[in-house]
Amino acid sequence: MHLTLRVWRQDGPGVEGRFETYEAAGIHEDMSFLEMLDLVNERLVTGGRDPIAFDHDCREGICGSCGMMIDGRAHGPQGRTATCQLHMREFSDGDTIVIEPWRATSFPIVRDLVVDRGTFDRIIEAGGYISAPTGSAPEANLTPVPKETSDAAMDAAACIGCGACVAACPNGAAQLFTAAKVAHLNLLPQGQPERWMRVERMVETMEEYFGSCTNHGECEPACPKEISLDNIALMNRDYLLSKMRNRRLGGQR
Amino acid sequence: MLNLRRARRRPARRTPWIVSIYRTDTGKKYAMAISGVFLLLFVLGHMIGNLHVFEGAHGGTFRIDEYGEALRDLGEPLFPRTLVLWAFLRVPLMAAFLIHIHAAVALTRSNRAARETKYQSPRDYLAAGYASRTMRWSGVIVLLFLAWHLADLTIGVEAVNPEFVRGSVYHNLVSSLSRWPVWILYVAAQVALAFHIWHGAWSLFQSLGINNPRFNRFRRTFAHAFATVVVAGFLAVPAGVALGVVS
Repeated sequence: MHLTLRVWRQDGPGVEGRFETYEAAGIHEDMSFLEMLDLVNERLVTGGRDPIAFDHDCREGICGSCGMMIDGRAHGPQGRTATCQLHMREFSDGDTIVIEPWRATSFPIVRDLVVDRGTFDRIIEAGGYISAPTGSAPEANLTPVPKETSDAAMDAAACIGCGACVAACPNGAAQLFTAAKVAHLNLLPQGQPERWMRVERMVETMEEYFGSCTNHGECEPACPKEISLDNIALMNRDYLLSKMRNRRLGGQR
Repeated sequence: MLNLRRARRRPARRTPWIVSIYRTDTGKKYAMAISGVFLLLFVLGHMIGNLHVFEGAHGGTFRIDEYGEALRDLGEPLFPRTLVLWAFLRVPLMAAFLIHIHAAVALTRSNRAARETKYQSPRDYLAAGYASRTMRWSGVIVLLFLAWHLADLTIGVEAVNPEFVRGSVYHNLVSSLSRWPVWILYVAAQVALAFHIWHGAWSLFQSLGINNPRFNRFRRTFAHAFATVVVAGFLAVPAGVALGVVS
C-alpha cells in the first residue's frame, strides 16, 4: 500500500506545532498501525530527520500507552481496539491519514503525538484504591460476590487509562475513565469501607482538570475496552449520595 | 499554650449543603436535570393547554380565552386571583430557567477550558448527534424566542404585537401568527425546542444517575417521543392558522 500521512509535529510542550506530510510506500496490510509508524520513522532516521514521537508499550491492547487521533477518531477507524491493534487492512491504498495527538488542556503535549496523562494519576491517587492491611490472603469464600456484580466490576476494571474518552469527548471530560475506576471498586465488597470518600474525592479531583459530561456518548464507542456509559450514571448517583453521607460524618475524617 | 478561647469557639459555619453541591460540575448537572424536568413538564402542560384553540368558541367566548382566565383564577376562591399562578407556576418557572441557564453557562466555560487547543483536523463523530452538539444554540434560540413570545402574547408590547388585547388569547394569537415573519419565527423556534428536548430528555436520566438495565433502552425512546409529541402539539397552532382552521 502507498499512503500519505499528515502527522502533527511539535518540538516540545507549549511550542507551536504543525502538520507535516510524509509519503509511506510499501506498507503491508498486515502491519499494525504502530509498525507502520516504525517503518516511516526508520526511513526518517535514515534520511537524517527526527522520527515521529509516539507512546507505545505492550502493543497488545492492555497497557493503555498508545493512543492518537486517526482521521478524527480516537484510536482510528476500528472500534474496540487501541491504536496498537489497529491494522493497516482497515485502510486502502492511496489513502491520506491524518494523525493528531489527544487534545485536552490537562493532557499537555510532550512532543509530536506524545501527551502527558499524569492528571489521570491524580484522579487515581484521590481514591482509586482500597486500603487493606497486608498479611496472608483471606479465605476466598469468606466474602461472596454475586456473579452479576463481579461481572459488572470486571467490565469496569477493563479500563486501561488510555485517555481516548477524554480525547473523543467534545467537552474534554474524563467521566468515563473516572466512572470506570469508581465503579470497579464501588461495586465490590472490598471497596465498601472507602466507597463514599472515594467517589467524592475522585469526582472532585477530576473536575479540577477536566470538562463536564453532557451525555454526548462519544466516549463509549471510542473506548478500546467498551466501558459502558452506565458507569457514569452510577458515579453521578454515588457522588450525590457521598455528599450526603460524608456530611453526616462531618468532621470525622 | 492551648488557646481555650479559640478552642471553645464554634467551628466556622459550613457552606450550606445544596450550595456546596451546586459549586461542583456534577452538582450543576443535577441542577440542570432537575430544572430541565420542571421545564419539560411546563412545555407539556403549555402544549396541552394550547389545544383549546381547536375547540373554537363556546357561548360567545373562545375556549382558550376561558382557559387563560382559569389559569389566573387558579385556587379561587381560597386564594386571591393570580396568586397561585404567580407563586406556584411563574416564579418557580423563572427560577428553573435561571438555574438552567446559569448552570449551562458555567459548564460551557469549564468545558471550553478543558480543551483550550481545539483539534486541528476534522473530527469524525460516532455518537454525538446533531441535537447533542447544538444544545447551546438550540437553547439560545429558545431563550430568544421566549423573550419574543412573552412580549408578543403575554405582556403585549406595542412594537411586537400592535393588535394585542389583554385576555383575548384567541384574537391575539391569530393576529400575531397571521404575519408571516412571525409565523416563521414560531415554527423555527419549535424546531429548535424539538432538538433541545431530543437530547435533553434523555440526558437528564444519566445526569440524575437513573440507570437500570430494565428500562435503559426506553430512555432515548422516551426523549424522542416526548420531543415529537410536544413539538407536534405546539406546531398544530401555527399549522391551524396557516390552513385557516384557526382564524
